[in-house]
Amino acid sequence: MHLSVSGVSKTFGDGRHAKLVLDDINLSIDSGEFVALVGSSGSGKSTVMRLIAGLERPSTGVIAMDGKPVRGPGSDRGMVFQKYSLYPWMTAAQNVAFGMSLQGLPRALVRERTAYFLEVVGLQNDSRRLPKELSGGMQQRVAIARALAADPKVVLLDEPFGALDLQIRETMQEFLYELWQRSGITALLITHDLEEALLLAQRVHIMAPSPGRIVRTVEADLDRSNLAHLRMSPPFLELREELVNSLRNLDAAAS
Amino acid sequence: MRLPERTVMRSPWLLGPLGIAVVLLAWSLISLSGAVDPLFLPSPPAVLQAAGDQFRGGILLADAIASIRRVFLGFALSAALALPLGIAMGSNTLICRLLEPLLGLIRYMPAPAFIPLLIIYFGLGELPKVLLIFIGTFFFNTLMIMDAVKFVPRELLETALTLGGRKLPILTRVVAPYIAPQVIDAYRINMASAWNLVIVAELVAANEGLGKRISLAQRFLRTDEIFVGLIVIGLIGLLIDLGFRAVLRRSCRWAS
Repeated sequence: MHLSVSGVSKTFGDGRHAKLVLDDINLSIDSGEFVALVGSSGSGKSTVMRLIAGLERPSTGVIAMDGKPVRGPGSDRGMVFQKYSLYPWMTAAQNVAFGMSLQGLPRALVRERTAYFLEVVGLQNDSRRLPKELSGGMQQRVAIARALAADPKVVLLDEPFGALDLQIRETMQEFLYELWQRSGITALLITHDLEEALLLAQRVHIMAPSPGRIVRTVEADLDRSNLAHLRMSPPFLELREELVNSLRNLDAAAS
Repeated sequence: MRLPERTVMRSPWLLGPLGIAVVLLAWSLISLSGAVDPLFLPSPPAVLQAAGDQFRGGILLADAIASIRRVFLGFALSAALALPLGIAMGSNTLICRLLEPLLGLIRYMPAPAFIPLLIIYFGLGELPKVLLIFIGTFFFNTLMIMDAVKFVPRELLETALTLGGRKLPILTRVVAPYIAPQVIDAYRINMASAWNLVIVAELVAANEGLGKRISLAQRFLRTDEIFVGLIVIGLIGLLIDLGFRAVLRRSCRWAS
């Protein structure tokens, strides 16, 4: 799998009200990679994700999956939203099964895969509960299981833990990292949280606003054998501080 | 006045019957005091008596069935057509732009004002009454369903798209279940106008029906029978309302 974003820009509105929100975005993701896109609000990072998902079209440039241009949404690019994306009338299991059933997979297979992915996210005992009966963290795990169960080539995560409390958030970050290691998924994470990005992704693209553009790309080559430890380790903190400073300068220059 | 809060907290359902009891008591007291001529305000026993007479004669049941039948026919037609149209308008900008101003305009034309036309077109039979109920509820049903569709969260639709969903399955498997509670509630609310309109239609022209009975009672100054009619209409309406609520509770456990 090779996903490429080449020379993509996006303008909202037209005529005098036209606003350039993305300018010349270039990035690529290969099978098994974990890539993050970090930026403050208004940097257009969510727009990049929506363009990749095919929910919107780029104004210029090309987004391609394995060389084929993306023309619209499809199950090869699964998506996890920040919140409110579970179907409230479906149980956890029905939510996980939904994509597979939309794709017309045989029932027995759907049932088997649903059970498997619920177990992957540690919710095998909550399969019959409705979303409103699950905590925020559990809901996001169902959303991740649902995205994975549809067998995408890449999972797009749009601030998946942005609505969670700090502590649950850290647990979920560790969960996501383990999941990535175990299952060999390919992931693109959108976040405003630099720590989250550096902690999880091998490659971090840093975006700046007005217009949204990638200003820096960091290969975060860190020892991730223990995330809780990594959070506090000097090399991690140094890298983080350096990037925070450069981001702050960019934001100051923009405002 | 404050009720002893403990009693209220323990059995809050008592408050509803209490409100009704207060009105019944006031009614009894006023009619017992003789302050109002019984011709204008029949006593509760007299109304009960009139109800018993009508029930034994089979008139009450025949009237109720005639009215209910009209309401159900007209409303079923309205509900059945409003659902696809409302969904189409809510999910398609072109259809919405085309029809919303038209429906918004017709909605404000009072349905009873269509009675003369309906009589000219269709005479005095059942059809004009059923159509009156249709006209009086169809536009409200459609616009309320359209609004429900418009407020389906974007995330739910986009998630379905990224899971490999196409347009029609998304309508039937995401939009339809999501709006179900609001549709049932819209039906419940507009059913009340259907019930109002059937009485209006029968006041104008009918052989039987609860509205017809009231207008006959007026001619003979039988206020007790008017009271019977009003109370029965109210009770049937309340039952229908409770029925819709029960359906909503049972079918949409997730929404409560």
